[in-house]
Amino acid sequence: MSSESIALTGVREPSRSLSDVLHTWVTTVDHKRIGILYILFALLFLVLGGVEATIMRIQLIVPHNHFVSPQFFNQMFTMHGTTMIFFVAMPILFGFGNYLIPLMIGARDMAFPRVNAWSFWLTAFGGLLLYFSFVGGNGLYGAGGAPDVGWFAYAPLTAKAFSLGHSTDFWTLSLLVSGMGSIGAGVNFVATILSLRCPGMTLGKMPLLVWLFLVTGGLVLIVISPLTAAQVMLCVDRFMGAHFFDTQAGGSAVLWMHFFWIFGHPEVYVLVIPAFGFMSEIVPVFSRKAIFGYPIMVGATVAIGFISMSVWAHHMFTVGMNAYGNTFFAFTTMVISVPTGIKIFNWLGTMWGGRIIFKTPMLFCIGFLFQFLIAGLTGIMLSAAPFNWQLSASYFVVAHFHYVIVGGILFALFGAFYYWFPKMSGRLYNETLGKLHFWLFVIGFHLTFDFMHIPGLLGMPRRIYTYEPGRGWEIWNLIVTIGVFFQIFGTVVFVGNLLYSIFKGKPAGNDPWDAWTLEWSVSSPPPEYNFAAIPVVNSRRPLWDIKHPEDPDWKYE
Amino acid sequence: MSTTVITPSSGAAEWSLPYKGHVGMLSLIIAESAIFTIFVVAYLFYIGKSLSGPTPKQILELPVFATVCLLSSSLTIHFAVGALRKAGLAAFRLWWFVTFVLGAIFLVATAREWHHFIYDEDFTISTNLFGTTYYSLVGLHAFHVTVGLIGLLLVLLLALSGRVKQEHTRNVDTFAMYWHFVDAVWVVVFTVVYIIGR
Repeated sequence: MSSESIALTGVREPSRSLSDVLHTWVTTVDHKRIGILYILFALLFLVLGGVEATIMRIQLIVPHNHFVSPQFFNQMFTMHGTTMIFFVAMPILFGFGNYLIPLMIGARDMAFPRVNAWSFWLTAFGGLLLYFSFVGGNGLYGAGGAPDVGWFAYAPLTAKAFSLGHSTDFWTLSLLVSGMGSIGAGVNFVATILSLRCPGMTLGKMPLLVWLFLVTGGLVLIVISPLTAAQVMLCVDRFMGAHFFDTQAGGSAVLWMHFFWIFGHPEVYVLVIPAFGFMSEIVPVFSRKAIFGYPIMVGATVAIGFISMSVWAHHMFTVGMNAYGNTFFAFTTMVISVPTGIKIFNWLGTMWGGRIIFKTPMLFCIGFLFQFLIAGLTGIMLSAAPFNWQLSASYFVVAHFHYVIVGGILFALFGAFYYWFPKMSGRLYNETLGKLHFWLFVIGFHLTFDFMHIPGLLGMPRRIYTYEPGRGWEIWNLIVTIGVFFQIFGTVVFVGNLLYSIFKGKPAGNDPWDAWTLEWSVSSPPPEYNFAAIPVVNSRRPLWDIKHPEDPDWKYE
Repeated sequence: MSTTVITPSSGAAEWSLPYKGHVGMLSLIIAESAIFTIFVVAYLFYIGKSLSGPTPKQILELPVFATVCLLSSSLTIHFAVGALRKAGLAAFRLWWFVTFVLGAIFLVATAREWHHFIYDEDFTISTNLFGTTYYSLVGLHAFHVTVGLIGLLLVLLLALSGRVKQEHTRNVDTFAMYWHFVDAVWVVVFTVVYIIGR
């Protein structure tokens, strides 16, 4: 009975010529197509960033390796960090947000469809600008190439005297441009969620993913803007001879650190809060239970949003702040683990007593739970200022934040990919290949990032292009690099699975997971207008209400 | 096979949400405020840290007339929107035009101040930290005034060709929010640059 009570509203369009199809995609303002453009763009950059990471790991596999030059190694870690944060993680999450929010709140599009397209193309242009530096970075001076100042580009490395040519200019301009795109996306998320919800969907009845994207949207507005402002200052310094970060003229290098990390730390939460959103949608469906502690979940998210703006200087303990600064930022950093811990308990509470279905999306979510917990624990270790003095800028830190971003965010993202792939493509993915991807990636992830903590504890600094033998670092670096290849195989299986399933997968139908939110009530893929008639909802699980009219949710909420 | 979700009696009939233009503009204003905050912090941080002259006390003069013009333009745009809400199209065009003129006077005053500094005082963005922060902060605000003036002019031309009507009140009101924001920022910039910084 479940699938029959929901009508198909989509009609397949007849096929057209390639140029017509391309023209439709380039000029589209439809939130679903823009969402998919974001995702495809991000996947392309994921490959680029992955290649850069692989080059670094091959260079570090043995001591005194000569796979790449020191200069090229510097470019690789700069490009890897910048690419992964700004042109993979952000766009891919914005892509899912774009695709899912209107479908989940019963709207036909985002609030400002043209701003939406503008945001995407700005982001895409920013990415191209960054990679154009490989060609154009030499400028007139014959120095440069790709940017090599590190992804947080501390002053005075970025000053004209130390960064000749245009490589740093490409870096700063590309982040300026894509930052404006991000602000546009943030405006769109907030306005869509606050103004376009379907009748009956009060704030307390929104799917949790929508709540989490509302907080993300708000955070984007507040924290991407400081980065944009700092990039403007850097541009003014480099192009017009101003002195913001010019220590020779009394400017302050520490000010850049503050401005960068005021953006940089909340940025982690901009990335991880949508991942929490994926968890909060996937875990209940595959545990066959409603989410545990919905209001607490919302409260914890909002709390994380606020606290995340007061923790930035824990990146700067080694700079030499006074005792009050150290204490304050150590304290706030520890405090933020409280709402995060609440979330982990809520997901566990959702699974507790549920009928858990171990399909690929759920496997990735369970991986997230374990790995994000460990990432949080090393985070608490690093929040203690004295411990941080010892290990700042070591591989321990690198392992910690990769645990957050790969073990947490990327795992949740893979889960989201498998979960919503049937909706986006209209076809089911191959479950066997999905599970193979999961296991390859779990093995690769743990080989790489578990063992990366150890050379950090043994004193191996980050960003070095090679190291002396005999310090006890060799075996760990070897294992770390071997893990990378498992991750590459996993990613190949993932991409292969997607490509195979798009063409050969079994038709998915509207609702392959027997799920409860509105996006599963329309056809897969949804028609351009999403909903033939705007739905009216009465609970957090409108499809449950339809499927179980004898026992609807709204009686209990 | 209905596509709508069948529901009991709750108050779906009186379902109303905030206007998306207002929410969007408010979001943009939050983002812009964060940008201005960073520039203001930089200005305050660098007060008195210049290694060479000139100092703010030596050359800055209070732009009283320009400030009065810009702040009163907030009042006139409020009158304009009020007139449009009551379908007073002639009054709307008049107040809107006055708003544009007041904004333009402000921008010209800033331009004259900069011209004086650059040509008479030999004081530029690369002179010292004061120049760096002064031109950036005042320039950022002037840039927002310029964007606002382009918007004001656009609406004015549409109004003169009879395309702005009472039903557009919401849209015009959304733009007015931006203009009020630009004026409010000037209060902060004025305080920081011309009072605290001097």
